[in-house]
Amino acid sequence: MKLRALIPLATFIALVILLAIGLTRDPKKIPSPLIGKPAPAFNLPAVLQPQQRVSHEDFLGKVTLFNVWASWCVACREEHPLLVEFAKQHQTPIIGLNYKDQRNDAIRWLQAFGNPYINSAFDLSGTVGIDWGVYGVPETFLVDKKGIIRYKQIGPVTSDVINDEILPMIRKLEQES
Amino acid sequence: MKTLPLIWTLLLSLFAFNAQAAFNTYQFDDPEKQKRFDYLINELRCTVCQNQTIADSNASLAKDLRDKVYKMVQEGKNEQQVKDFMSERFTDFVLYRPPVKKSTYPLYAGPFIMLGLGIIFLVIYIRKRTQSPTVEIDEHEHQRIKAMLQEEHKENTHD
Repeated sequence: MKLRALIPLATFIALVILLAIGLTRDPKKIPSPLIGKPAPAFNLPAVLQPQQRVSHEDFLGKVTLFNVWASWCVACREEHPLLVEFAKQHQTPIIGLNYKDQRNDAIRWLQAFGNPYINSAFDLSGTVGIDWGVYGVPETFLVDKKGIIRYKQIGPVTSDVINDEILPMIRKLEQES
Repeated sequence: MKTLPLIWTLLLSLFAFNAQAAFNTYQFDDPEKQKRFDYLINELRCTVCQNQTIADSNASLAKDLRDKVYKMVQEGKNEQQVKDFMSERFTDFVLYRPPVKKSTYPLYAGPFIMLGLGIIFLVIYIRKRTQSPTVEIDEHEHQRIKAMLQEEHKENTHD
């Protein structure tokens, strides 16, 4: 009889644990289905030199960071100094995808805050963004030497993300042939 | 304070009007394609504003996705092809109706399992209630009853 009286309490505790786990998860972060898949193909003009092209083939042969940014994106401003610092300290190239932006705004932005990108692709219509499953700028992908997406960060990268996730991952990917 | 609900209603109706206006801008020659388009934009979730379909949402991504669906439907893609295109990029999360597969079995079977358990508990409960109430007796009482019965038995045999 005593044990039966504990059933409602046990059920309640189980429910609380379930809901508590639910609270720790961020529904805004959708896992990318692209991890482990080849980088979606694209071929776009560069932001700074429109006659120059940026494409998925630029990923081949080296581990590359692919950062989606826009001058209208407030959180990009927050992460930008970290990317500038990263570009100074590390060999890993960063390719940018300038997402649904005006060219002049983008150029002004790079002049004002620094340009950590070896090149930025100009995606005015956002179609390349859709192919990459971009929904919350900034987003950062890590692409391996074979052009396979290996990691994705949604939202601004922080120094913790760089040190604990991105750098170890880069070291691992550099080892791969 | 009574004006507050009114203000909300007016504000919300504004959004409803916008959504309506948004999808009227997509014209199809083929009514079949129009139907497919209307169905699809109401089945796909806007990943930025997660509790809205891309038909409801005013987010710029939702508009881009509507444009993409429009383009794909115009090209003659069927419903499944459009849904596959979206879930390849944004996971099954974009589908308002998750597909039945291994990871979603609990989702689909869960309610029926719960219903089954509920019925089982209900049956046990009702059975217990309808049974005649039993009286529990301890060892001491048991002995007394035994003694009383024996006494009665003795008296009966004496006669």
